[in-house]
Amino acid sequence: MRINPRIINRLVRMGLNVQAFFTVGILIIIVAIIFFKGFPHMSFAFIFSFPEDMGREGGIFPSIVGTIQLALLSILFATPLGLGTAIFLTEYTRESLFTKLIRFGVESLAGIPSILYGLFGFIFFVIKLKMGWSLLAGVLTMTIMILPTIIRTSEEAIRAVPRQLRIVSYSLSASKWETIKKVVLPAAMPGILTGIMLSIGRAVGETAAIIFTMGSSLRLPLSVMDSGRTMAVHFYILAREGISMEKAYGTAVVLVLSILLINILAYYIMNKAIARYS
Amino acid sequence: MDTKISTDRLKVFFGKSQVLKEITIAVHRNTITGFMGPSGSGKSTLISVINRMIDFENNVRIEGEAAIDGTSILDGSINPIELRRRVGTVFAVPIPLPRSIFENIAYGPKLKGTTDRTSLHHIVEDSLKKAFLWDEVKDRLSTSALKLSGGQQQRLCLARTLALKPEIILLDEPCSGLDPVSTAKIEDALSELKSEYTIILVSNNTKQIARISDFSAFFYLGELIEYNTTEKVFTTPAETKTEDYIQGKFG
Repeated sequence: MRINPRIINRLVRMGLNVQAFFTVGILIIIVAIIFFKGFPHMSFAFIFSFPEDMGREGGIFPSIVGTIQLALLSILFATPLGLGTAIFLTEYTRESLFTKLIRFGVESLAGIPSILYGLFGFIFFVIKLKMGWSLLAGVLTMTIMILPTIIRTSEEAIRAVPRQLRIVSYSLSASKWETIKKVVLPAAMPGILTGIMLSIGRAVGETAAIIFTMGSSLRLPLSVMDSGRTMAVHFYILAREGISMEKAYGTAVVLVLSILLINILAYYIMNKAIARYS
Repeated sequence: MDTKISTDRLKVFFGKSQVLKEITIAVHRNTITGFMGPSGSGKSTLISVINRMIDFENNVRIEGEAAIDGTSILDGSINPIELRRRVGTVFAVPIPLPRSIFENIAYGPKLKGTTDRTSLHHIVEDSLKKAFLWDEVKDRLSTSALKLSGGQQQRLCLARTLALKPEIILLDEPCSGLDPVSTAKIEDALSELKSEYTIILVSNNTKQIARISDFSAFFYLGELIEYNTTEKVFTTPAETKTEDYIQGKFG
């Protein structure tokens, strides 16, 4: 017996709707709980004052600054390195054992649990290079951690740029580098920005690797050699050690809001970039 | 007649297959020369030797000689980037760069080092006028080139090539995807342009070749079967293959 395709169509559509609602629903519930529990503890003073008594009292200003420092510096290091690698892999090599090896390495790096990055950063940067628990050690560890994401997303974005665009550019007397700079990278920009956004999210949300390398000092990091803590670490310590659940949720609200803000900002930049080049 | 482009026993191999077999041809200055032939005849490959776009293909071997104004263009000392400023190309499918109309035209001149706004404006206006597109776009130069119609996009591509101030223009089936009105506009532009440029028009459309070219070459399976004035080729072809092709018996 043949079922009416219109009925199947309706069933599939209903099923997909339920799935979509389910996914969005979970997200909304999580955010709602955090806001419900944390919002009452959020205030201007909470954001701009220093923590007291291990975070039981006061605000979270140093960890907000620490989060921004860590995320920005990691992106600043990882983006040129990752983008360069992606350009090299896509534009300057043919598929060979060598590129397969690099790609395999990148994929393996992406799959390593963050605690192992933390351990490596601790042994290498903190101990061996005598950086101590510091912003610098944290940034370098984070840079290595987000590199695979940046390389992979940039590579895919660059690969997706149609070959004909390059051919046209060459035919108009552009060199290879001019073509990459003026045609390929602008066209790949939205994809590259997506990778950067994902990486910022990862840096902002990371705890294990940060505790091992940047430490968890409550002071405001004033130099790259100072220890500090990010909001995620602060949240983890407040909750894990039962210092203050109220302050923990307050921190979580700020964390969620800042991730939201970063996303909005990134989309804004992305749309500007797209509008300029299309 | 004055020779602009010449090849001497030019052979091109892609891997093991030979796509051009001993092509010897002399293309005359300030004329439109039509290259026709069924697909796989090697006419597009010949074009890609002249603009050295063949450099971007893998596994290519070239034998014989190709020259512009008597100077070899296959020589190692030739800079292909410089060459492509002298030899402009318009492809079958119009591909505007994802930027404004103005920036599309200014792309080549900017690469050459022209950055002065007034000279760029001058080049853009001049090129668009020569491509018969100026009147349609003069009020919206800063809008995206992707918003133009197919026929306009192809004239934009022609204008973009003209902005390089080339000596030679190669057109690889430029009207294959265009409607008759757009095709007529391109043809009008080309007929005007031949006084300043040497034009090679690759086309599957024999009627188009007959309409606007001064000389016609017929290629078949990598060989140059016949090359003469368009009048001769179309009225009294020397080869039966040519005649069959023109009459649409195969192709």
